[in-house]
Amino acid sequence: MKRFAPGRWLVNGLSVILALFFVTPLMWFIFAPFDPTPNLSVQLPETFSLDNFQTVISNATAMRALLQNSVFISGSVMVLTAALAALAAYGLSRGNIPGRDILTTVLLLFSSVVTGTASMVPIFVLIYNLGLFNTYQGAILTLVGGALPTSIFIMRDFIDGIPKSYEEAAMVSGAGSLRIFRDIALPTLRPGVLVVAILAFVGAWGSFLIPLILIRNADMRPASVAFYQFYGDEGNPNIRAVAAYALLYTLPVLLLYLLVNARYGFRFFGGIKQ
Amino acid sequence: MIQRPTILSRRMSLAFVTPAAVLIILFLIYPFFSIISMSFTNQSLTGAAARNPQFVGLENYTNLFDFENWMSRGEFGSSLWITVQFVFGSALIGQAGLGLFIAILFYRRRDFFRHLVYTLAIVAWITPDVVIAFAWFAFLDPFTGTLNNVLGLFGISPLDWLLDYPLVSIILFNTWRGTAFSMLLFTSALSSIAPSYLETAQVIGASRWQQFKDILLPLLQTTIATDLILITLWTFNTFTPFLLTGGGPSFRSELVSIYTYRIGLQRFEFGAGSAVAVVVMMINLILASIYLVIARSRRPR
Repeated sequence: MKRFAPGRWLVNGLSVILALFFVTPLMWFIFAPFDPTPNLSVQLPETFSLDNFQTVISNATAMRALLQNSVFISGSVMVLTAALAALAAYGLSRGNIPGRDILTTVLLLFSSVVTGTASMVPIFVLIYNLGLFNTYQGAILTLVGGALPTSIFIMRDFIDGIPKSYEEAAMVSGAGSLRIFRDIALPTLRPGVLVVAILAFVGAWGSFLIPLILIRNADMRPASVAFYQFYGDEGNPNIRAVAAYALLYTLPVLLLYLLVNARYGFRFFGGIKQ
Repeated sequence: MIQRPTILSRRMSLAFVTPAAVLIILFLIYPFFSIISMSFTNQSLTGAAARNPQFVGLENYTNLFDFENWMSRGEFGSSLWITVQFVFGSALIGQAGLGLFIAILFYRRRDFFRHLVYTLAIVAWITPDVVIAFAWFAFLDPFTGTLNNVLGLFGISPLDWLLDYPLVSIILFNTWRGTAFSMLLFTSALSSIAPSYLETAQVIGASRWQQFKDILLPLLQTTIATDLILITLWTFNTFTPFLLTGGGPSFRSELVSIYTYRIGLQRFEFGAGSAVAVVVMMINLILASIYLVIARSRRPR
């Protein structure tokens, strides 16, 4: 069997080249955070030090952006997206909504046509007119709105795959809809809800354009925008802060990814990209 | 046909769907129509046009497609052409090509190298945009950047990537950034191909290239089509290169997304920005429709 395979050494050689291709641009972040005198090149630190982290931790704006603004915005987006997507997907899957399949297709079409690039102007105007410019709520609701279509697809897929018999038994014995949802359906949906919640969190945590245009107050900006300002706005990047901050900011995403991957595999990550 | 009673009554199911529907209408459906109607006005953030936007007919569109100078730097045509090259180079050739290459290279292998390459490609894909952009900023630095250092080992003198080759830089950047998606998609498609196909081919003595061309490629056809459409759609709309080059120098890496941002949200010309957005949505609509047709045709009958 097997043997759609070039020679072993050739494959290993190519593997090394590919690994280097992917790792080289990232190598800076492996060494620079621990280097007291970093520059833009990849170099082994002469002395290993945590000073850079101290610099960042004592920077009030950076820490507020990360621990307060980013956590609050992403946490809210996560809770709202998971709750609303679970309800809507349950309604679509178990309910009696005319044309629900066409509705799902139209939603899919809309969500790929009205992208961030196309909708940034009207969303800015909408948020501005609603009086939500420069508020957390404006950014949170926009991010939830953007995350919902994909989240509903994932949830609906998940719910459609769960047999209805327990819910039907409960219905026959007279339980109300809310009670069926809460006590019978929700416990079995928990893995799906968790995946949607994590994807929403990761998406919001990394989002840059929405908070950039909707939040102008420097004290309210999340870590993505704060990080960008560390190197983008000031012309001369504060390299020590950038290095350590990047690591602190990226860590939660990598950990959550590992969690999802360990439990469910990659396939769910396709949905959130873009 | 007798319908079985559903678990939720119609009224209850509407109640379940409504909260999400409100937000989707607000942030997806409303913008769609708002973009179209705004594109026929001269609305802006400040000045008379803010309080009292005027209907200007097709003026925003004729400005956009003013063929006299639309290919000059910083104009729409030039931005569109830059985007076409960017999509072609980074998505169709870069991500899809490299992704397919990796998936085939590691076809039915589960060794350390596969694990290493897949992990690194995925880390490149999931790390937040701003961090990746800075990593590349350092990587491409003309004086101490790693890329120049590596090229120096082969006797190539240092280049100022972001200044002299901004488009090449963002194409490389986006290839590196997004290959993981195609790689994973092709890997999962390959894993569902029955091994007996290739075994039979080997028995009758087909060469590796023949096996690829005559067996794998036809079996992967719909996956490849799906992949190309999706990554074209995403790459066409990506804003991330802005973090690396800001669209410059002198608009030489200004993708349509960055152009929209500059007109709509830096100059606050909402009308003109919306006209660009309408064109973007039309292109998206074409791509998404092709995708839906493919997705439907491969669904089991």
